[in-house]
Amino acid sequence: MHEWALAEAILASANQIAQKEHLKTVSEVTIRVGELQQVEPPILRFALKQLCEGIFKDTKFRILKAKSTLKCRVCGTTWKYNPKKLDKATAEAIHFVPEVAHTYIKCPKCGSPDFEIASGRGVWIEDIKGVKAV
Amino acid sequence: MIDPRTSVINERLAKTRQIIAVSSGKGGVGKSMVATALALSLIKEGCRVGLFDLDFTGPSTHIILGVPKNAQPKEDKGLVPPTVEGLEYMSLVYFVGDNPAPFRGADVSNALIELLSVTQWGELDFLIIDMPPGIGDAVLDLIRLVKRIEFLIITTPSLLAFEVVKKQLALLCELKMPIVGVVENMKMNNSDAIKCESTKLGLKYLGAIAFDSEVEASIGNPAKLLSTAIGKSMDKIKKAVAGTKGDSKCHLKQ
Repeated sequence: MHEWALAEAILASANQIAQKEHLKTVSEVTIRVGELQQVEPPILRFALKQLCEGIFKDTKFRILKAKSTLKCRVCGTTWKYNPKKLDKATAEAIHFVPEVAHTYIKCPKCGSPDFEIASGRGVWIEDIKGVKAV
Repeated sequence: MIDPRTSVINERLAKTRQIIAVSSGKGGVGKSMVATALALSLIKEGCRVGLFDLDFTGPSTHIILGVPKNAQPKEDKGLVPPTVEGLEYMSLVYFVGDNPAPFRGADVSNALIELLSVTQWGELDFLIIDMPPGIGDAVLDLIRLVKRIEFLIITTPSLLAFEVVKKQLALLCELKMPIVGVVENMKMNNSDAIKCESTKLGLKYLGAIAFDSEVEASIGNPAKLLSTAIGKSMDKIKKAVAGTKGDSKCHLKQ
């Protein structure tokens, strides 16, 4: 369960932010998962719930999706990532290391693998809400 | 927008006693051969060793080791590297196979961070990292993200190689990074220029590895690699690597 490792990273990072912001409890963490990595929100949520303790005991985890956009550096074409076009093994490789998209995906117009993952790459924390310690 | 991945990297490496980046400013000096031989040689000493190929665009340790095509990491709260020749072995080749990985700098950083943050290494005495050449993204990211990194520097006797390596040494010294020492690989003459230059820079010269035409024939055959000049030159390097920490658990023969 690769999502477990990402959940640990999210909590470790959220904990660092909470400490910096002097939060005694965290009420909500908003997480954005990029389409390219194909992280499964239910699995991620399950891992977060299993791992959360202390200041995260009552935290609501909002998991939002982000569309993945790729932009060719050679011809400038922008296109949407479509996982349905890939076989299972390829989609799984991209799930573990999204950058390997450069190995399997080419610009639909000019065929170049030299594209930018303009949006929706992986997992990131968008917002944290909590109660400040007085 | 906060990238959560970097916050767990040092935790992932918490059970690893020493992290050695086998590195060189110059390409083609034998980093991968030395890194693999060092890792295999440490296994022979009874150490627990991981080998991580960070040369994403030109990975080769899997070829040197003869990693089976069907070897894959196991998913268990992250990715658990398979054991190959006694080594916990991690590489991008599990995800790209024999295909090219045309990464730009930001992609190298992202892939490196991803693998460092999800790889679940076991308890290791040593994690040997086979670095890409140069002082680009991979070196800078390891310096930035991996607190206990130490560098083992590989050069050849060529002035051309060492002049480039010197730039890397200058950077590492300026950043006060621990350098285990300098290894002179593929030596074909009796010059002590590299030894003198290394000593002048205040670095340990860990010896010369004679050019050995048998090395090519050892590719894919780890036992044979250890019987080549590279394999036979590992004693001093192992002692230097282990000597940087006084609490070696795997009792290297002194």
